[in-house]
Amino acid sequence: MILLVLILVLFGAALLSWVAGVKSHAASRWIALCSLLVNLGIITGIWLEHTHSNSRWWYQFRMDWVPHFGISLHLAMDGLSMLMLALTFFLGALAVLISWKEIQNRVGFFHFNLLFVLCGITGVFLTMDLFLFYFFWEMMLIPMYFLIGIWGHEHREYAANKFFLFTQAGGLLMLLAILGLYFVHKANTNVYTFNYFELLNTPMTPFMERWLMLGFLIAFLVKLPAVPFHTWLPDAHTEAPTAGSVVLAGLLLKTGAYGILRFVLPLFPIAAADIAPVAMLLGVAGILYGGMLAYAQTDLKRLIAYTSVSHMGFVLLGAFAFNEIAYQGVVMQMITHGISTGALFIIAGALYERIHTRNLRQMGGLWLRLPMMGSAAMIFVMASLGLPGLGNFVAEFLVLLGSWQASHVFTILATIGLVVATAYSLRIMQKVFFGPCDRQYAMPDLNGRELVIIIALVIVICWLGFHPQPVLNTSQNIDYVIR
Amino acid sequence: MFPALIPLIPFISALLLMAGWKRFSRIGVTVTGCGSIGLAAVIAIIIAMQFSANGEQAIVQHAGNWLEAGGFKTGFDFRMDALSVVFVLVITIVGFLIHVYASGYMHDEPDYARFFACMNLFVGAMLTLVMADNLLLLYLGWEGVGLCSYLLIGFWYKDPANGYAARKAFIVTRVGDTAMAIALFMLFQYTGTLSIPGILENSTHVWSVNDGMITVIALLLLGGAVGKSAQLPLQIWLPDAMAGPTPVSALIHAATMVTAGVYLIARTHTLFELAPAAQTITAVIGAVTLILAGFSALVQTDIKRVLAYSTVSQIGYMFLALGCGAWSAAVFHFVTHAFFKALLFMAAGAIIVALHHEQDMFKMGGLKNRLRGVYWVFLIGCASLAAIPFVTAGFYSKDQIIWLSWSAAGGHVGLWLAALLGALLTGMYTFRMFFLVFYGEEKTKVHHQPGNSMMIPLYILAVLSTVAGFIELPHTMGHVTLFSNWLQPVLPAVSVLHESLAMEWTSQALSALLALSGIGLAYAWVVKHPKGMSDFLEMPAIMWLRGYWSRGWDFDELYNVLLVRPFVYLSRINRRDLIDTLYTGLGAFMEWCHNVLARTQSGLLRWYILSVVLGAVAILSVLIWRIYL
Repeated sequence: MILLVLILVLFGAALLSWVAGVKSHAASRWIALCSLLVNLGIITGIWLEHTHSNSRWWYQFRMDWVPHFGISLHLAMDGLSMLMLALTFFLGALAVLISWKEIQNRVGFFHFNLLFVLCGITGVFLTMDLFLFYFFWEMMLIPMYFLIGIWGHEHREYAANKFFLFTQAGGLLMLLAILGLYFVHKANTNVYTFNYFELLNTPMTPFMERWLMLGFLIAFLVKLPAVPFHTWLPDAHTEAPTAGSVVLAGLLLKTGAYGILRFVLPLFPIAAADIAPVAMLLGVAGILYGGMLAYAQTDLKRLIAYTSVSHMGFVLLGAFAFNEIAYQGVVMQMITHGISTGALFIIAGALYERIHTRNLRQMGGLWLRLPMMGSAAMIFVMASLGLPGLGNFVAEFLVLLGSWQASHVFTILATIGLVVATAYSLRIMQKVFFGPCDRQYAMPDLNGRELVIIIALVIVICWLGFHPQPVLNTSQNIDYVIR
Repeated sequence: MFPALIPLIPFISALLLMAGWKRFSRIGVTVTGCGSIGLAAVIAIIIAMQFSANGEQAIVQHAGNWLEAGGFKTGFDFRMDALSVVFVLVITIVGFLIHVYASGYMHDEPDYARFFACMNLFVGAMLTLVMADNLLLLYLGWEGVGLCSYLLIGFWYKDPANGYAARKAFIVTRVGDTAMAIALFMLFQYTGTLSIPGILENSTHVWSVNDGMITVIALLLLGGAVGKSAQLPLQIWLPDAMAGPTPVSALIHAATMVTAGVYLIARTHTLFELAPAAQTITAVIGAVTLILAGFSALVQTDIKRVLAYSTVSQIGYMFLALGCGAWSAAVFHFVTHAFFKALLFMAAGAIIVALHHEQDMFKMGGLKNRLRGVYWVFLIGCASLAAIPFVTAGFYSKDQIIWLSWSAAGGHVGLWLAALLGALLTGMYTFRMFFLVFYGEEKTKVHHQPGNSMMIPLYILAVLSTVAGFIELPHTMGHVTLFSNWLQPVLPAVSVLHESLAMEWTSQALSALLALSGIGLAYAWVVKHPKGMSDFLEMPAIMWLRGYWSRGWDFDELYNVLLVRPFVYLSRINRRDLIDTLYTGLGAFMEWCHNVLARTQSGLLRWYILSVVLGAVAILSVLIWRIYL
């Protein structure tokens, strides 16, 4: 029941903040913030309660929806879902906070969309019914389309359309695969069901398994995104408002990773193992190609966007390594990437509010005026290049350590990606904060609200770097497909 | 006493300085910044004394778990044994002196707190590196050192050249780190742990001598070491690292960073002993580096660049010793080098400040009587670097390496000759610098004298650069083995093949003679016959050679052509992402189709009739063809 509450709180708050937004902007913001904090509190409570639990599924909730077709309202939570939800509510709250001054028109509708996306994401992380999963999967899409298209930067419509077309195309493939699986299961067992647990061990021919797996995999690869399906991401991330970029990078991409871990590997273990070399290749290609693209960018947000392509390559590499160390690294990477990239987007947004440009060529020497923002950027830039002591290092190290057992060549190439990461990461610092200061920008350093956001993020990323054990313990109790 | 306190105190102080940079007064920063390192030094000395009194093998403190996942487990374990004690003492004591000096040198710097925060972080990271009991924690210190070098080399961030040098240092060393990371993966795969004692213990069971896998691992570790220690082929970052403030250079060159590679190899010596091929490569890299860097040092005009190349060259000696299996000789040279190189850098800094930030030696000269105190300490430093016999620490440590490069089990005549050539070069470039700065006519006015906070550390280091040599004397002269005895529990004694007093004498006499003749040549070159010398140096071929050496044998250019430019070029032409054109192309194609088809809807009746007729004809012909043919 508590799981349904998590979704309903967001859904209710979404409607409420829309209505309230008509009268008062502040009310709309506070409603959104409070609902997310309530959910964050619930999740923290759940986590504390289950820190030492070894049970596989912490909560289950099941209610028939369309029994005739085997569709049910089936939610369940294990460690993986819990971690992803904690990230969702944490970043969601920060997204509301960061929009406090940035969003001034149609405030109510903005928060409606924001909460609605988060609601969809929550559903995706919780649902154990494939039909419902598809429902939530699509539900994330439309409000995100509005977020980019209405409150975005200059090329927002192009970016929004591109985002929509890519994810929609992937989603349709997934729908086909879900229906395929549904009918295959019926043919073999004479039961119509969308229930994840019942579908887990559906017997099928290798040929069928491969095609169904591909349907899921491509949808998730588009979302992740993996090369060569990544080209929607830089446009969407760049044009979205800051909150949109944070949600996109921090959360939407994670639904792709989550889908691979939750559906592709357990549902189709044999076909997934067959395609592992290709998937790992795509992962490594993402790491290197994304890094190289990031290095070349002159638009700050676009640069950060491409680093996501690079970092999500580690997820793909680790997910198809089929061993526990790599899986733990993948889960860790999903979280730390959300934090560090989210933070970088927040900094880019704060910078944009001050100098009204994202062009790196028009920045430089800003440390002089913004030492606090510079220090914060330094921390997250270091996180993104994988400095030990910050969370991303733990994640990438575990992924690489695990992948090494699966493939030497791919691991070596991925490790070289760390050098590329150094090159593009340091370029951010140099172009924005160091070098001569040509322009006389007069601007304040981080204000109280921004400081709260940044400090929260810094604490989390350091905590994950020095004491990742709570997360690792939680992610240990997941059913991994291990070879 | 808890060993973990030693790195922790500088970290905490760095955090305080970073968080409260606005609230600290200048004195508060000085006290916090220097005091933390001083406190760490005191604790280190106490632990070292306890350690030697109790006769323990090692003190290990488990300060907490770090991460545990799927059979991989590692924690924050700090280890104090004979080897780390030596490094910790040098890092904290020399580091403390550098901090005190820096409080004078950076006195007028507006970003005073940031400077000391980074310096403390640097020392803390280095201490973590040398005290780590497992390779992952070592890697944390290792990368932390890289970060701090980046922060400090680029400390004066307004000049893009400094930023470039800083990034270069970070990225080049990161290339080495990548190799090391892969070594870590392999070590875990084969030994199932990253704990250093565990690895060393398991290694002898897992691999036999000359096993291919252990050779690869040793070479990868060596890759990490050459990155941090600025050895061939990753030496290029160190000369540019001069961009940072002078105390930073002193810290990088003497106490931290560049000695990390030496430490790593000494710490994992068991692995290298299993891989003689890797050891030989280490020795050869050391020998080649020491000569190449020696030639480069000979032709520099910037005083700090001479010292930078001399560091590369001296670390080359340490690698040579490591490669020959003379572990304690390498560590001994690290100790004396730390003293005299810190001394030289800081004395050079005093000169540079006195001359209004002039670094070109050809614009100095005649400072002998103007900067009396600096003159003497600089002389002592130079003497030690050039290894003047009997009275300097540098002589005893370097002489041991030269002798062992021939006589040790891993030694070779070629290595020995290279080491001797290095001795000649060292004498030449060191005293060329010395004479250029202090003799001849005065070219730039001294505008102020260095204060006490800068001079006192120099005096202390001058004493250390002289007396530190007496803790280890060769067979031929007194045979004191305090230092190698101390290290005995960790580093095995070198196995000497050619035990011959006569040969040892010859080697010592030769190296001393070569060092002295190097000095003589420098004297003739700079002081006696500057005219004749400059004519010689102006010859076209010599000019070219000087340029070539002074550019560091064009390694920068090589990497630019091979790696940097292709990468930058490829990424630049692909800025708009080739793959995206595929999708936009698809979109454009759809639009084209749309346009073509839209044109058919023209409203012209005859056009529609024609299409209908043509269509009908086409369908009919297909039908007829299918049915009748």
